[in-house]
Amino acid sequence: MDVFLQTVVAGVLKGGLYTLIGIGMTLIMGVMGIINLAHGQLMMLAMYVTFVLNTMGVDPYVSLFVAMPLLFLLGVVIQKFLLNPLIKVETILPENQVLMTVGIGMVLTEIARFVFSSDYKYITTDYSNRTFYLGKISFSVALTIAFGIALVFTAAMFWFLLKTDLGRSIRATAQDKDAATLMGVNTGRITVITFGLGSGLVAAAGCLLAPVYYIFPDIGGPFTAKAFIITILGGLGSTVGAIFGGVTLGLAESLGATYLGMEYEDIVGLTIFILVLLFLPGGFKRLTKV
Amino acid sequence: MAYFRVEKLVKKFGGLTAVNGVTFGVEKGEIFGLIGPNGSGKTTTFNMISGVYPPTSGKVVFRNREIQRMKSHRICHLGVGRTFQVVKPLGRMTVLDNVIAASFSRVNSMREARSAALRTLEFCGLSSIREVLAKSLPIAGRKRLEIARAMATRPELLLLDETAAGLNPTELFEAIELIRKIRENGTTIIIIEHIMHVIMTISDRIHAINFGQTIAEGTPKEVAANPAVIEAYLGTDYA
Amino acid sequence: MKKNLLPLVLLAVLALLPLAVKSNYFLHLMILFLLWVVIGSSWNVLAGFTGQVSFGHAAFFGVGAYTAGLLFQHLQLSPWWGMALGGFVAVLIGLPFGAICFPLRGAYFALASLALGEGIRHVATIAENFTGGMMGIMIMPTFISKVPYYYIALALAVLSVLSIRLVIGAKPGYYFVSIREDQDAAASLGINTTLYKNISLSISAFWTGMAGALYMNYMGFIDPNVVFSLHDYSVMAILVAIVGGVGTIYGPTVGAFIMVAFQEFFRTGFFGLFEYLGEKTGSTAISALGGAVQQAHVLGFGILVIVVILFLPNGVVGDWEKIKRNVFRINQAG
Repeated sequence: MDVFLQTVVAGVLKGGLYTLIGIGMTLIMGVMGIINLAHGQLMMLAMYVTFVLNTMGVDPYVSLFVAMPLLFLLGVVIQKFLLNPLIKVETILPENQVLMTVGIGMVLTEIARFVFSSDYKYITTDYSNRTFYLGKISFSVALTIAFGIALVFTAAMFWFLLKTDLGRSIRATAQDKDAATLMGVNTGRITVITFGLGSGLVAAAGCLLAPVYYIFPDIGGPFTAKAFIITILGGLGSTVGAIFGGVTLGLAESLGATYLGMEYEDIVGLTIFILVLLFLPGGFKRLTKV
Repeated sequence: MAYFRVEKLVKKFGGLTAVNGVTFGVEKGEIFGLIGPNGSGKTTTFNMISGVYPPTSGKVVFRNREIQRMKSHRICHLGVGRTFQVVKPLGRMTVLDNVIAASFSRVNSMREARSAALRTLEFCGLSSIREVLAKSLPIAGRKRLEIARAMATRPELLLLDETAAGLNPTELFEAIELIRKIRENGTTIIIIEHIMHVIMTISDRIHAINFGQTIAEGTPKEVAANPAVIEAYLGTDYA
Repeated sequence: MKKNLLPLVLLAVLALLPLAVKSNYFLHLMILFLLWVVIGSSWNVLAGFTGQVSFGHAAFFGVGAYTAGLLFQHLQLSPWWGMALGGFVAVLIGLPFGAICFPLRGAYFALASLALGEGIRHVATIAENFTGGMMGIMIMPTFISKVPYYYIALALAVLSVLSIRLVIGAKPGYYFVSIREDQDAAASLGINTTLYKNISLSISAFWTGMAGALYMNYMGFIDPNVVFSLHDYSVMAILVAIVGGVGTIYGPTVGAFIMVAFQEFFRTGFFGLFEYLGEKTGSTAISALGGAVQQAHVLGFGILVIVVILFLPNGVVGDWEKIKRNVFRINQAG
């Protein structure tokens, strides 16, 4: 029973971070209708920002305030100059935007490799390996803080989407781009802001993950995969779904690692992903209608 | 028994009943008009006949065969062709290639398909623009291409969904001529049309529906004089 | 016949090439190019012509390679049997692949194919008893010279492109493109869309699997991360087709040439140009720059992709008219 509880706790804590990654992705998917295959690579970049700042003595949690605006700007630039121009061009395949994100992901990864080499980097803080206990269950201090911050960001995101004009415009664009345009929403600007926000959120996840994980250029790919597993689980474009998806993936990975073996961690996610695609297209959104 | 008939056709989308118990029969060689205000369930009926989706309940019978559970491509092979109200040109193919693709439903070799397609284009008056990409056609050309493509599948029964909408008077006249020519060829036609002048001129019989239910059936004259039809189109004040 | 002249001349040149070129390095590059012709053209059948953009073609490549490797590993059969069976095994894998992916459209299809491609990599890694897991499979190459491999690769490339050309020019090709342009219209024209999507997938999987089987024979070593690699195969297949021209017969061939040449161009520091200049001038800066360029070859790749999508969205073949026009304009201006 303790092992089980321990596994669940670890899964939920990880799920908090996954939620941050997922919300960024789901916003982009919802508003642009495309999958962003550079999402994990953006996170990787944020991790390196955290790493560089750390070598200068800046705490990872402080570097949030640097990495998030930086990645927001990068996201804005990518959407404005690389993705939006493609909308007007007619091509055989409508997937050109997705393929563009593949190219962007490659470039980001290789720039990181060029600058930092392929070596694993670590950020060691005095809380990196510290744990505390509630009963017999151990909690990683860093992951618990990360979970808390992830909750705050998620709540802030909800407030933004529900209560502000800009947030409402984003939701309107996600629901029906043409209708939103007719209502006077500048959808071009909305896509730019959304990509910026998505990048900023995944940057936050990168900063929070940095103290407890290795940093290397190829870390982006696997996290891109996780991002869209979360998004499909939750339902494309659903922010509430991203929370469900994030926590479910965290739990599933953690249970899989405990009861099947470490090597099954990834395949559990993929299996759930394919099952959801097959039997519940639309994800949790379909069940909850949110 | 009628050559083609639908019996108590019902289609529900979630809580909405789009078609509610429509029944009619069409004789071989007839031009049968299907009319009704916007959203009355005409296109939904066509979609059920052509197998886009199955009816919630009811039957579609073509030459004594129930086809309501068949897929679109099977129904096409049985001899039911259709056009789409919202035209669906195969955009990045030429007009000729569009029709060749359709001809392949009856022949397998490229040579046969090509010559069949050329004949169909000639019949439909599209020969001069056969090398034009479908996506660059104006609306009249697209509507005509829809008909040509459906004709290339050699249908015995042709479903025409608002092929006259959006045409200018000259084009309208040509469209009516084409439809008559198709009927003279021995093809039975069910036609949905909003332009009253068109449907009243060419239909042998007309079936009117509103809110998914039958309100009248008869010759064009009878239907035009029917109070329920007038009410459906013009509102209660005129009835 | 004028239309066929260029491919025929090209074919003659390729057939005579080993007589003129003795460099093993060059032949190796040519073999890679030919393999990519096969893979890129296969992907193009499913995606470019039928409109089903797969992000999981590594699955078919890897399955073909593993068919050859496992026949040798478990049954002591010559891995060349893999060339006979690899394509068919890839088709067998393709059928459930299609059953899962084809009901889905657009982004969902892309994601599902990607997940399946990744899933099969994990399976190959975990099933150690059967596949050898991360240890991979090693075989002794049959030939020491690269020439036989070159001709086998050439035959495979010619057969695949030719067969694809025949199919595309006939009924199935018309049906594939109809499905790409509008599925509902296609169904109304009597096209069994599910059947023809699966036919397209089978052709695509077959040739990709054959390329995989040849890869095993030629390289002599495979492991799951090599042959099931998302980036090195699934994504690269897409890039080859995109750069050359999606939905054109010879686009992937052109794309394969550009990609392989481009990669080597960077990897070797512009074919040793920097090294040469560095030695000549004695400048360490130029040598260092050369080293940097070599390291950045994948970066160059990524940039190429971005530039192509931005400026030649239909690829070199698809946008050939545009390229000609712009080049002419520059000439006139000059």
